[in-house]
Amino acid sequence: MTEKLIKDSDIAIQINDLNLWYGTTHALKDISIDIPRNKVTSLIGPSGCGKSTFIRCLNRMNDLIRSCRIEGEVLVDGENIYDDNVDVVELRKRVGMVFQKPNPFPMSIADNISYGPRIHGEKDKKRLESITEEALSSAALWDEVSDRLSKSALDLSGGQQQRLCIARTLAVKPEIILFDEPCSALDPISTAKIEELIMDLKNEYTIVIVTHNMQQAARISDYTAYFLLGELIEYGDTEQIFENPQEKSTEDYITGRFG
Amino acid sequence: MVFKRQHKERLLESTLFIVSSITIIILFLICLFLFRDALILFRTESLIDFISGSFWYPTSEPPLYGLLPLLLGSLVVTFGAICISVPLGITSAIYISEIANPKIADFLKPFVEILAGIPSVVYGFFGLVVLAPYIQNLLDLPTGQVALTGSIMLAIMALPTIISISEDAISSIPSSMREGSLAMGATRWQTIYKVVLPAALSGISAAVMLGMGRAIGETMTVMMVTGNAAVIPGMPEGIVESVRTMTATIALEMGEVPMGSEHYHALFAVGSVLFIMTFLINLIADLIKNKYRFKLEGS
Repeated sequence: MTEKLIKDSDIAIQINDLNLWYGTTHALKDISIDIPRNKVTSLIGPSGCGKSTFIRCLNRMNDLIRSCRIEGEVLVDGENIYDDNVDVVELRKRVGMVFQKPNPFPMSIADNISYGPRIHGEKDKKRLESITEEALSSAALWDEVSDRLSKSALDLSGGQQQRLCIARTLAVKPEIILFDEPCSALDPISTAKIEELIMDLKNEYTIVIVTHNMQQAARISDYTAYFLLGELIEYGDTEQIFENPQEKSTEDYITGRFG
Repeated sequence: MVFKRQHKERLLESTLFIVSSITIIILFLICLFLFRDALILFRTESLIDFISGSFWYPTSEPPLYGLLPLLLGSLVVTFGAICISVPLGITSAIYISEIANPKIADFLKPFVEILAGIPSVVYGFFGLVVLAPYIQNLLDLPTGQVALTGSIMLAIMALPTIISISEDAISSIPSSMREGSLAMGATRWQTIYKVVLPAALSGISAAVMLGMGRAIGETMTVMMVTGNAAVIPGMPEGIVESVRTMTATIALEMGEVPMGSEHYHALFAVGSVLFIMTFLINLIADLIKNKYRFKLEGS
């Protein structure tokens, strides 16, 4: 099914037979999916279906969980990121992540943005300043904060903090950005801003987003994958998934019969 | 019925109020007593002579009550202890909270806390029979009972406080902050050094201050291992010479002075100085804690 969906040359991430266990719990079962380049792919499904676990496999954030065991392949640009010789630091530079709850660092707005470039070796002050301005502009935050860059990032509102976290990710210049329910802690207006932003960003980045909000998936994504109990039930064009789902369970979920 | 219940409530409330008031009243009375007996000294002795006097000869004729050798003795020993215990304590706290396998951490932390329960006389005994001779041989000194020995022993004694409170501060940093840093390609060390430690700085500073408070107020151990020579310690060689701290002076002399004598009041004056110092240190620790909590949460 997926082979036909996306041409080989358009694949940004190819996942083959991915299995994941937390201790003895089998949390992801034989997931195979191709994520297209410069598109928004959303992952939907009821709580506990493994969508967040799955997205965290794509930049190896699950490495932090000791009981976690992974089998299978995740190919980013053809290279399996679970190979022994892969540099996780380099991988996470290429595959950025924005989390569910805004998590700015307890430092100034400017320092939050320049943190990434700095740890990757950028020392030039002028360059750091221009990266900061560029990242904040891309995250549609520059106009709101340009006069208080040296103020604590923790004084920003929730929606601004989340855009700051997006800007922080952009400053590292990744190829792929993973969003793990980025709007679940935000009000509707902030959510709308973030959605607009994600749609702008797909021109330059490959985007994967986990959401529990089906309208959001329908509004912003090109492709949608439906997960249930650790299995990928259906994956396809967003329009097709929402208007003409092939699986009974997908239809039940998107029409709100459960979930 | 209703009346009875209200009555019970009020009784409970007033009992708790009285019990907690007693604590405050006791503290207040101790302060009052301490300062009153200290101030009597200054009827016969000038305050300036006391604070800036370089000789503590309470039994000479006329007696000299100069605080300086004792104050500097305390400061040298405490400073040495902090220099040793802060780097050790903070690195241990980082190891326990950030690096160690949780199973090892669960095992280590209670052990560190047990260290705090060892009576100070045991530390003193260990310092006297093991560490002092070792220092004496190592540095080829006439005696091993020197400020350095006291500093090392106090450092060991301050470690549980510093490790335990720093570890709490580091663990209280939400893991989302670490994830945010790691997800940007930071290494674990960069994350600890640039995100976690700055965020935990308030708790760590409070830990250092409280460790310092513990060190400066410690009596038995320093009395047993520092030699108790009431001379102004030289810089920098004072660290390997015998010194006498304020606490040791009070403990050594209080049993031998006639109650109400000038010497007796002089010891109370020393006690007051000690009290003011530890009070200030604890106050600063508290202020730092509150200030940074505010900063972490945003204004």
